[in-house]
Amino acid sequence: MELYRQQLELRYCEKRAYDLFLQNLIKGTSHLSLGQEAIAAGFGVAMRPDDWTFCTYRGHAHTLARGASMTGVLGELMGRECGLLGGKGGSMHLTDVSKGAMGSYAIIGAHLPVAAGAAWSAQYRGTEQVAVCFFGDGTTNIGAFHEALNMSAVWKLPVIFVCENNLYMEYTPIRDVTAVEHPAADRASAYGLERIVIDGNDADEVYKTAAKYMERARKGGGPALIEAMTYRHSGHSRADPGKYRPEGELEKWLQRDPIDMYRNRLLELGFAEATLKDMEAEAMRQVNEATEAAKASPVPGLDAIDRDVWADGSTAWRN
Amino acid sequence: MAELTYRDAVAAGIAQEMERDERVVFLGEDIAAAGGVFKATVGLLEKFGPKRVRDTPISEQAILGAAMGAAMTGLRPIAEIMFSDFLAVCWDIVANEIAKTRYMTNGQITLPLVIRTANGAGSRFGAQHSQAVENWAMMIPGIKVIAPAFPADVKGLLAAAIRDPDPVLFFEQKSLYSMKGEVPDGEHVDELGKAKVLRHGSDCTIVALASMVHKSLDAAAILEKEHGISCTVVDVRSLVPLDTQTILSEIGKTGRLFTVEENPRLCGWGAEIASIAAEECFWTLDAPIIRITTPHIPLPSADKLEDATIPSVERIVREIREKMD
Repeated sequence: MELYRQQLELRYCEKRAYDLFLQNLIKGTSHLSLGQEAIAAGFGVAMRPDDWTFCTYRGHAHTLARGASMTGVLGELMGRECGLLGGKGGSMHLTDVSKGAMGSYAIIGAHLPVAAGAAWSAQYRGTEQVAVCFFGDGTTNIGAFHEALNMSAVWKLPVIFVCENNLYMEYTPIRDVTAVEHPAADRASAYGLERIVIDGNDADEVYKTAAKYMERARKGGGPALIEAMTYRHSGHSRADPGKYRPEGELEKWLQRDPIDMYRNRLLELGFAEATLKDMEAEAMRQVNEATEAAKASPVPGLDAIDRDVWADGSTAWRN
Repeated sequence: MAELTYRDAVAAGIAQEMERDERVVFLGEDIAAAGGVFKATVGLLEKFGPKRVRDTPISEQAILGAAMGAAMTGLRPIAEIMFSDFLAVCWDIVANEIAKTRYMTNGQITLPLVIRTANGAGSRFGAQHSQAVENWAMMIPGIKVIAPAFPADVKGLLAAAIRDPDPVLFFEQKSLYSMKGEVPDGEHVDELGKAKVLRHGSDCTIVALASMVHKSLDAAAILEKEHGISCTVVDVRSLVPLDTQTILSEIGKTGRLFTVEENPRLCGWGAEIASIAAEECFWTLDAPIIRITTPHIPLPSADKLEDATIPSVERIVREIREKMD
């Protein structure tokens, strides 16, 4: 039930973000996770509160899945004072350290070594914390992927690398630009790791896989590289209508919508329609409430510009 | 006071901080078992063990990324990038990630880490192993930039950098590694952001950094003795934070400013000093500001060519004499 609730919140919140774009209340760019919620939710539920999440610019869902405030997320997208980052980071950098959401990184691949570093810190201090690093299929073709995977394997770091293979690197089909069929899993052997491909639209499968490999990592078993197959219902970013996709592909994947699939499963397991409806209404109520709270929040004061380059709070570079 | 080489002062500074703080860890290529390709980290593995002093693969992005991830989760890592030229292969981690994360997260993430790297010319290594790139770092908001010229400063400023809560890029001058100098006994911690006046003169002020400090001091001695020109020499030591108070005050006392820079001409750090001086103490200047720099070319490797490219004592003497006539 928790998995269903999480997925609903992520879905409704992302849809709301899209609506707010259309109303011009959200500026800049934004990369939605519509269709990919099961991965963020499955890991979010499996993680310990003190574990760490590292995600990409497509990071709204992963940040919410750690329990970050929805008002804080929508507020940040809208450039409001109540935003997680006070309006200084925006959609692509959502972070909530208090929830273990250690940042969204907008340069492809950069956060893989950073996640490895957090895992190194956990290993060094013996805390049994795990770092989970989400990235897209396109990331597997950048150098930092290789560097992070290799060093994490050699050092047996407690880090889980999660490739969300949504079949497209931005606008180009991943298979057109990659030498192997499964861009992450088919390379796992190069790092002495197991080849793992899962259905990323099945929240239960994601949860079980996450729990298994995180437990192994906690006990010193080292990293895992998990390739979760999924599909983006919308384009790469706000600017992309996704016209490059072959006819029928989206429709086929919509039939495998993670939330619809999970709902049917719950009904088959005997949950009452009314219970699910209540959950759905509650999730929508939360999104509405968060939207209103974010809209009501003031825009940040200009004094925010001159804060927090340095740990003393200042931006001073000279005396 | 003990006499230490510049390279031994590196190891002494790291050891001092590792002894007092368990959170300090050290990673890089060939830094542990081999003691560093410049032998600047000899003995640290033996003293602190492989858990705290770790050899890495040749993976600069992984090295700095790991330092960043460790710093944001409670450690105080020191990362070595063997040659400063190699910063180009991990510049994303420096310029986009380490430098900006604190600001972008509205202060949620603090990154107490030090990147040490061997910088500069004089070893005949050619254009990809000899650059002085401290000006690259100076341009990026969010990184402190230190470049010591003396063994005592290496130890004291490195210790200060390790204790500092912000990311610090620490440029060691590879041509100075074998230089000897007095280093205070016992715990030695200096302060970031303070320039030092090494010589007081009355005719002109030379502002220099790292190896150029030594050349400027030699030039100042010759100028005084042979040409009767009395020079102040300021060692900048810290580009960010920049001690503009000391620099502007010393310019004001002589009314003449010469910068001596190893950077290629365009956008070398001296350009920023010249700009600040022009804006803020123009009326105390008696003549135009002069920048003595490496020409705007990649560095050649042959000894005679390299020596003719980097500002030399002779060239500093000549340029100052000509301009002071």
